[in-house]
Amino acid sequence: MTLPDTAPTPLRAPVTLTMAAALNAAIQDAMRNDPTVVLFGEDVGPLGGVFRVTDGLYAEFGESRVSDSPLAESGIVGTAIGMAMYGLRPVVEMQFDAFSYPAFEQIVSHVAKMRNRTRGRIQLPLVIRIPYAGDIGGVEHHSDSSEAYWTATPGLTVVSPSNPADAYSMLREAIACDDPVIFLEPKSRYWAKAELSLPVRTAPMTTAVVLREGTDVTLIAYGPTVKTALATAELAVAEGLSIEVIDLRSLSPFDDETVGASLRKTSRAAVLHEAAQFGGYGAEVAARLTERNFYHLAAPILRITGFDIPYPSPKLEQYFLPTPDRILTALGTWEWN
Amino acid sequence: MPHHCDMSLNVESLVESPLAAPRPLRLIDDTGRAAPLDEAGGFALPDPATLLNLYRRMVVARRFDVQVTALTRQGRLATYPSALGQEACEIAAVAALGAEDWLFPTYRDSIALLTRGVPPEHILASFRGDWHSGYDQNAHRIAPQATPLATQALHAVGLATASKLKRERTVALTLLGDGATSEGDAHEAFNFAAVWQAPVVFVVQNNQYAISVPLDKQMRCRTIADKAIGYGMPGYFVDGNDVAAMYAVTSSAVENARAGHGPTLIEGLTYRMEAHTNSDDPSRYRDPGDLEIWRRRDPITRLDTYLCEIGALSDAERADIRAEAEDLAADTRECMTRSAPVDPLELFDHVYSTPRAALAEQRAFLAAELDEHAEHAEHAEHAVAASVAAHSGVNS
Repeated sequence: MTLPDTAPTPLRAPVTLTMAAALNAAIQDAMRNDPTVVLFGEDVGPLGGVFRVTDGLYAEFGESRVSDSPLAESGIVGTAIGMAMYGLRPVVEMQFDAFSYPAFEQIVSHVAKMRNRTRGRIQLPLVIRIPYAGDIGGVEHHSDSSEAYWTATPGLTVVSPSNPADAYSMLREAIACDDPVIFLEPKSRYWAKAELSLPVRTAPMTTAVVLREGTDVTLIAYGPTVKTALATAELAVAEGLSIEVIDLRSLSPFDDETVGASLRKTSRAAVLHEAAQFGGYGAEVAARLTERNFYHLAAPILRITGFDIPYPSPKLEQYFLPTPDRILTALGTWEWN
Repeated sequence: MPHHCDMSLNVESLVESPLAAPRPLRLIDDTGRAAPLDEAGGFALPDPATLLNLYRRMVVARRFDVQVTALTRQGRLATYPSALGQEACEIAAVAALGAEDWLFPTYRDSIALLTRGVPPEHILASFRGDWHSGYDQNAHRIAPQATPLATQALHAVGLATASKLKRERTVALTLLGDGATSEGDAHEAFNFAAVWQAPVVFVVQNNQYAISVPLDKQMRCRTIADKAIGYGMPGYFVDGNDVAAMYAVTSSAVENARAGHGPTLIEGLTYRMEAHTNSDDPSRYRDPGDLEIWRRRDPITRLDTYLCEIGALSDAERADIRAEAEDLAADTRECMTRSAPVDPLELFDHVYSTPRAALAEQRAFLAAELDEHAEHAEHAEHAVAASVAAHSGVNS
């Protein structure tokens, strides 16, 4: 997909950017290039969002394109639907993962279904940004990984960047996309830095990428667990284990081709996520990879995830989140011959 | 007697309020006479030509509604939520809109679609089970009929706000029921509309029952219209069986919205004369006497009386309108007996604008399954033919 820039965004000199700043630049460039892009949500105006992702946008684009809405998530998504029906491209923010639940009905019953319901006559080009996942010492309701609710819903495109370059490129693509996109932003990675020349263009939003090549194990991660997977692969070198790390980037659709090719090469795979295991996204990944690649497998596909409990309080989250040690221990439970 | 059965609505015993006694605004009373000025709330009676047009549309809409209920009983449709008795609210809402405006209806508002020009076959496609929404939403500027209650009200507010942001004149009007006002989305829609001063009109058809639950179990306040005060927008409590009043108030609300004065909440007090749907049994929860009370307040009969008295409706005109209604009923019967093939492979065509590999795989799977079934059917046909041939050979 190419970006529908009315005027191509000029290439700027390399600067060091956090993921939050890269997301900010993506929205800013999209709004400069397309007057139909509007932004609203809770505290996204003069404050610039609680994570400052929308910092400065209110000052540049004004109240008509960047606005603080009443504090009601169903209202935010519901009105975004109406705006998208009338030729705008709304980008809305659910302030935290668990605060998206009041919008569940609008997302599941309308955002996901409108195009199909109307035989393609009404498209909803809207982006729902959701800061998600934990590891930030957040109080309850501020660290949920709710991705499986969205990926279980046909009609939604669900993506999650893990680094600043992807954050910029994928958000530009999500805003340009004619379908609704659930854009999951890993909170713990908001402050990760990279040197970027904007506008950076990475792989297409709906594809997975191999971040580190390896020969023994395919470690499948997305969003906040990509960093954990890379750290694990680094540690594993000392143990003589060569780990290939895949960043899924897109949870729906799932890139069977890239992940399947890696699995057929290594014959072993594990999938990582922060969300609870039971009924989690990893179950789908393990099941479909097994169905399609069973005769290439040397061992069952593992899910290394959060426990099947509600997300813990700050002092306890370190025991909940998958760590490189826990991952290596899990990989050690396979029979290696 | 619960207050929802009585038009005089003496609910002061329920709620002590500083507000005036809630008496519905009306222009033509139950008996078809012009209502006294103090009931008109400052609104003027529409001119006779407008009233005659509203009359014609109500008669046609009712004939359609009755016809579709009959077709549903015959098993031609899976379900049909009737709006019998609510014609004044439905037709006034549509008549108040311009071609550039958008309507956000619910499943009960099929006659509103009809009045806005959607062909019967396209309205009924969803109730027949062909597809979830069967008409061209963009051509008619009518959103899909919403099933989850009050959700469409937010879409209306969003579209209206987009119109305002683009400096266009389009107004959105959404139809809601009394039960839907208990939903959180109704509250959010009222509030967002007022805060954003969106050019949107909320028409709540208070037909007094949410399936079986009466309004006094939905809310503790006097009227739904009163709630508008709390959101900072005008609210009108209107006799929902008086099409003249509904049209005057709704038109004024639409024009106010268009002029940049923000949203309006209108409550039309009416009654659902039919069951909730064909699978409902109202005798379990409604007093049959109520039907008689509301039949005497019928929106068509009272306008008929009024128009005759002012000499604006002749017998010939009435016959002409009835003939138009009968023609539409015949067309509706005809289109519902026509076969309407569905294409199973279309299931995959509209979910995403960008093709997905997984859906392509599943589409191919279903296509292969369909081919196999077709082949089996063909074999079976050949076998029958061969058997018939063999038998006729023996017999000859």
